[in-house]
Amino acid sequence: MSRFEPWSEERTVEIVAAHLHLEGPLMPILHAVQNAYGHVPEEAIPVIARELNLSRAEVHGVVTFYHEFRRELPGKHVLKLCRAEACQSMGCERLVERAEERLGVECGATSADGRVTLEAVYCLGLCATAPSAMLDGRVVGRLDAGRLDQLIKEAQT
Amino acid sequence: MMLRIFVPRDAAAVAVGADEVAAALAAAAKKAGAQVQIVRNGSRGMLWLEPLVEIEREGTRFGFGPVAVSDVDSLVKAGIFQGRPVADIKHPLAIGVVDEHPYMTRQTRLTFARCGITDPVSLDDYRAHDGYKGLERALAIKPIEIVDEVAKSGLRGRGGAGFPTGIKWKTVHDTPMGQQKYIVCNADEGDSGTFADRMIMEGDPFLLIEGMTIAGIAVGATRGYIYLRSEYPHAEKALNAAIAAAKKAGFLGPKIRGTDHAFELEVRMGAGAYVCGEETSLLESLEGKRGLVRAKPPLPAHKGLFAQPTVINNVLSLCAVPYIMAEGAKAYADYGMGRSRGTMPIQLAGNLKFGGLFETAFGITLGELVDDIGGGTLSGRPVKAVQVGGPLGAYFPRALFDTPFEYEAFAAKDGLIGHAGVVVFDETANMAKMARFAFDFCSIESCGKCTPCRIGSTRGRETMDKVMAGEDTARNLAIIEDLCNTMKFGSLCALGGFTPYPVMSALTHFPEDFGRPAPKLAEAAE
Repeated sequence: MSRFEPWSEERTVEIVAAHLHLEGPLMPILHAVQNAYGHVPEEAIPVIARELNLSRAEVHGVVTFYHEFRRELPGKHVLKLCRAEACQSMGCERLVERAEERLGVECGATSADGRVTLEAVYCLGLCATAPSAMLDGRVVGRLDAGRLDQLIKEAQT
Repeated sequence: MMLRIFVPRDAAAVAVGADEVAAALAAAAKKAGAQVQIVRNGSRGMLWLEPLVEIEREGTRFGFGPVAVSDVDSLVKAGIFQGRPVADIKHPLAIGVVDEHPYMTRQTRLTFARCGITDPVSLDDYRAHDGYKGLERALAIKPIEIVDEVAKSGLRGRGGAGFPTGIKWKTVHDTPMGQQKYIVCNADEGDSGTFADRMIMEGDPFLLIEGMTIAGIAVGATRGYIYLRSEYPHAEKALNAAIAAAKKAGFLGPKIRGTDHAFELEVRMGAGAYVCGEETSLLESLEGKRGLVRAKPPLPAHKGLFAQPTVINNVLSLCAVPYIMAEGAKAYADYGMGRSRGTMPIQLAGNLKFGGLFETAFGITLGELVDDIGGGTLSGRPVKAVQVGGPLGAYFPRALFDTPFEYEAFAAKDGLIGHAGVVVFDETANMAKMARFAFDFCSIESCGKCTPCRIGSTRGRETMDKVMAGEDTARNLAIIEDLCNTMKFGSLCALGGFTPYPVMSALTHFPEDFGRPAPKLAEAAE
């Protein structure tokens, strides 16, 4: 069973309505929509636009501007590896290569079995315990090949 | 007697197992029938020691670190659950009295005074440790006097630009009353090598709330937003818990401490766009738009959030304010050098033995920070380059290690202190690769509004590929230099405008990595 709710226009209208009292509600709405569906479904864009009295283009523009908003469902687990400078100084690129090899995908893609989405992230703010990773919501520091393999194994099962 | 044991909740500690250690300690205490309270404090900032477990004896705290779950048994056997004197507790991970650790005694902690000591989400603990004294004084004086005090302290924007905070506040203060004004906190700490904002938001969230409340009273703003990057879920939790507690106790809301001052505060999450750390892009994002940079003027102080007068400050700037209000502008300004007054929470990161948070007065040299306090590289290989100020900061070679850490001194060496992140690279680093990365990062994160940044970064990356392939090096490096010039002077904001710093510093100080002859021996041996 999916961790996410199935698409529903009615539910989307509810989500929007719950945020209408906020100033500048679009970002919180998109976060809430993504929390519900795991991504921002294409169908959501005209609904949000209508409810906020914006054009579809405006909503589409915001969704596509931010790296965090997904256009499609991620794998069952999301493994983010930090590739910013501090992590580079501690050899994160070798770990990225290793993860890509183990999962058989490039950074930014989901493994063929749909279990793991591998993503780059630019800084988790754990720069003194680099290299860093995040598996779903969980942060991991002092990553090395052994700990990475463990994380991948955990994500695959 | 209830013994208190401290295990940090800071994300950096959690990332290396603090939650598991706290759970194991709780289970061991239960098994031993010991009366133990486990406090999840912020981090002390000695991040190589995390998870740092502290026990308390008669008000003095003793540390053990880095503690793994497998160390818990031996710690229990050594007697941490018993009330006996700490001198009797022998353990290989013992570091002694935490406050007497040289890493702590060498610091001047004004902003981070409480971080790691208190329970971050306990308002009582905050108040018991001098919290809300700044607000108390702010409520007793006129708003313009608050603005003057901040101006006199010499506080400059800690986000990187170094603009005097007092002038920003004065501008918003002077806009007509009777309209909605805003305080916006820039907590979009995206620079690699920086984590001070995250640490203080997780470790002492009331401090930021107090700073923003004082700012609101000073300029007549009744609403505040903390724009927090989505990569910081732990900070979000801590801030929201603290905001709820502050509201309940009347420190936020329509009548702050029973006065006629109102201030409401809300946390808003970003969505992974580095450029939103640029203040006008951040405001667009808060309004629910694409994070496109705005042309200035108008300044945010005149037309900011929703075109209303807005103070937009970095987390650390706002967190410096409670101390300034409580102790007075002079107490703060007495620290520092030149036009850089007060202290800076410096973040030592990357390939470093003793990485962590080190708050000190401006003026310490880069060499002291890297070699002495940071202990040199973790890998044990010689230091090659140090990037100061995040992805848009310059790479400095050892020859520039005598540069004092302050705004003007770094600018004079074609660098910047930015948000005071210091990232150390050992000799395995390839500086041409780092220059290429700077362009690449800029091209990924560019908002696309101005051409020098949007196109320049992509062309820069492509040209660096040619340089690295040894293709027509001299001609292509001339293109890189030209491109950097265009980006520096033609970009709308610091993303495109500062990307030349890492690129040009890498090329200037490490030409051999770019296929140019190495610098003269005299220079290199310095």
